[in-house]
Amino acid sequence: MIYEGKQKIWADYQKEIPEDHYFYVRSCIRQSFFPASEVTFLDITRNKLGKDIFETEHHTTCGGIAYHSDAIPQETAMTIIARQFALMKKYGYENYVCSCITSFGLYCETMETWREYPELQEKIADNLWKSCHLEFAKPKFLVHASDLIFKYRNQIAAKSKYKLVNVKTGEPLRVVEHIGCHYSKMFPSKGVGGAEYPYVLVGMVEAWGGQIIDYPERRHCCGFGFRQYMIQSNRGYSLSNTHKKFESMEPFKPDMIITNCPGCPYFLDRWQYVIAETEGKTYGENGHGIPVFTYEEVAGLVMGYDPWDLGLQTHQVGVEPLLDKMGIPYDPAKKYLGKNGKNIGEPEKPHCLK
Amino acid sequence: MVEFGFKLSPSSRINLDLRDKASFSKLVEIEPDALKCMACGSCTASCSAGIFEETSLRSALLGLQNGDKEKALKLLSHCMFCGKCTMVCPRGINTRHLILSINKIYQVR
Amino acid sequence: MKNNILIIGGGPAGLEASSILVKMGYNVILVEKEKELGGHLAKWDTLFPDGLKAEDLLKSLIKKTEGVKCFTDTQVQSVNILDKSYNVILSNGITVLADALLLATGFDLFKAEKKEEYGYGIYEGVITNADLEQFFKGKFSIKKPKAVGFVHCVGSRDEKACNPACSKVCCATAVKQACHIKETFEEADVFCFYMDLRMFGRHYEDLYLKAQKMGIRFIRGRVSEVAETSEGRLLVKAEDTLSSKPIKVTLDTLVLMAGMRPSESGYMVGHQLNLSVEEDGFFSTKDTMLSLQKSNLEGLFFAGAATGPKTLPDTLHEARSAAMEIDNYLTKK
Repeated sequence: MIYEGKQKIWADYQKEIPEDHYFYVRSCIRQSFFPASEVTFLDITRNKLGKDIFETEHHTTCGGIAYHSDAIPQETAMTIIARQFALMKKYGYENYVCSCITSFGLYCETMETWREYPELQEKIADNLWKSCHLEFAKPKFLVHASDLIFKYRNQIAAKSKYKLVNVKTGEPLRVVEHIGCHYSKMFPSKGVGGAEYPYVLVGMVEAWGGQIIDYPERRHCCGFGFRQYMIQSNRGYSLSNTHKKFESMEPFKPDMIITNCPGCPYFLDRWQYVIAETEGKTYGENGHGIPVFTYEEVAGLVMGYDPWDLGLQTHQVGVEPLLDKMGIPYDPAKKYLGKNGKNIGEPEKPHCLK
Repeated sequence: MVEFGFKLSPSSRINLDLRDKASFSKLVEIEPDALKCMACGSCTASCSAGIFEETSLRSALLGLQNGDKEKALKLLSHCMFCGKCTMVCPRGINTRHLILSINKIYQVR
Repeated sequence: MKNNILIIGGGPAGLEASSILVKMGYNVILVEKEKELGGHLAKWDTLFPDGLKAEDLLKSLIKKTEGVKCFTDTQVQSVNILDKSYNVILSNGITVLADALLLATGFDLFKAEKKEEYGYGIYEGVITNADLEQFFKGKFSIKKPKAVGFVHCVGSRDEKACNPACSKVCCATAVKQACHIKETFEEADVFCFYMDLRMFGRHYEDLYLKAQKMGIRFIRGRVSEVAETSEGRLLVKAEDTLSSKPIKVTLDTLVLMAGMRPSESGYMVGHQLNLSVEEDGFFSTKDTMLSLQKSNLEGLFFAGAATGPKTLPDTLHEARSAAMEIDNYLTKK
């Protein structure tokens, strides 16, 4: 692998990311999948780095799941999005940051469609006025929340307590990154680093001391892909795609996986359990799985947040081996205690996956 | 083991790293013309057996080189050795002889 | 007074045309941007279909150019159209008043790194056709491979690479190079990934048959992506379209057959003269059958790959035709 070759590609896919003043929209599913990720994002950017990140309870879903499942037509999705953008304008912002990759892809797709078909944009503006009495607007800059963490990666590194380094060996942790198909596969120029060698997560990992693994199936779908998991009889495809990725990354012995998208960490995490139960195979060391994280969770770990405050107990694959490697202290007794100190219930132990 | 109602789908991908190079080399030793096929399909098109059962020397040669021995041999199992394919092969391959050699090397009864 | 003819481009087309025109008694000036004459030919080791040494051909082409004023390491700085001639200022400070201009500006090889999915410049084992010729010449090193692949049509027949056209020479070059590799590394497995095998010329089909008999495996399908395995080898994915199945194979060296794109230096000259180009980026000829050497400008002619991908024999024929057309033009004038 010639590192300079990748750097040349990264230089071709630079993205302008403003430093501050953002209108923030959440994801529909991340709050239940990874309950602390978005809170951690807001806490890091607002309280630790002092940025102006505005959020309103009036924003809704982007309509992405319904759109990609053919439940709503494109124009409906576009009108929902136009409403989100209008709220941004209403609150005095012109930079838009979203927490979800599906949303980000759909926003990019919508903006590009409007650019190519101005008459459609006009129609959507009209829909928006008729349905919500809101003034149509478009963001000046559209970024994904990981673009912002990427932008702030060195500021985060400067405030870090832990590094992505194995404290026992002093070696950088071996990290697999997965950006999510809708981040830059549809519009390579909209993502940091393009689609072949996306840099957004790589930049974070490098800044925080880790080492990236480029395994052969790194561009392959995580197994989310709406159509393959929504119906139970199709779910084998989803599982098989995830399996293909794990088989491909296995020889590289990764310590952890960092992800960008709501779906990817979920499927990369949960399917390790299903693969273990159906095939008897695990991919981590000594019967463990490979821990999977969102980028906010990794930023939080690096900055010294308590693992249980980051919601890492909700992961299927145990994160303890990684915490041990990074030298992060944790109290096993508090793993299943909620914020109020009451037990939130302990999951049943899987047969195969430790 | 837990029953989820779904499971891994087997991969249909050919992995050339796993192909049986040794057997094909043995075949080529006694039958160098096996390498001359240019996949034109004349043999398959004129095959007397092929209209009843899937039979194709072209596909069989490909299968042997891709490591799919079972499928390849099945594609020849209905051959009646009529020799029509020998007549039409533009590369002049003695196809009857080639099929017999394949059966010999790959130990078809 | 002898007429001045300026030939831009010192590759095979420029060399052949200049040697003929100088024998006709014209004052011929040849400009070449590189330090050495020969263009791509100077960087090649052997030529298809029969393995002729590029060096020998180049030597005989250069030998014939006695009497031609050659300026190497020189570029055209500006061109102006005068009443019946062209005023050309060269980067070496010399100004030429040319009665006729021949553009023999040839082609550039497609920049293989643009096909990001093939990893040229990222994986050490991924090289181009030009790199491999340098290897054969002993000027480039590759590790002894166990398996080698050739990817046809890199930057050709590819709308996303902005070149839907066929580059004409890559199939024959790939098959020639595959044979050469098999001769160099007898134990190596060699694969050619092609979409259509365009072995159109005399003896080309023989070359294909020779390659088949050597055991070179032809897989009909375009390589879709390349990655590095944990051992640092190359994992190559394609479809074997003849068996309608995806295929993967681990290789050590992957040779990208970079296609032909219009030369950048030719474009700079054409731009100054407002010469029209076709959708493929190569110069448009006056018509498509009878006046292939003529441009839409009086006194400006073409030879070789400046007007689209060509084989060496094609290029040399064009150089001779161009010399004849120039002679006709100047005699009439």
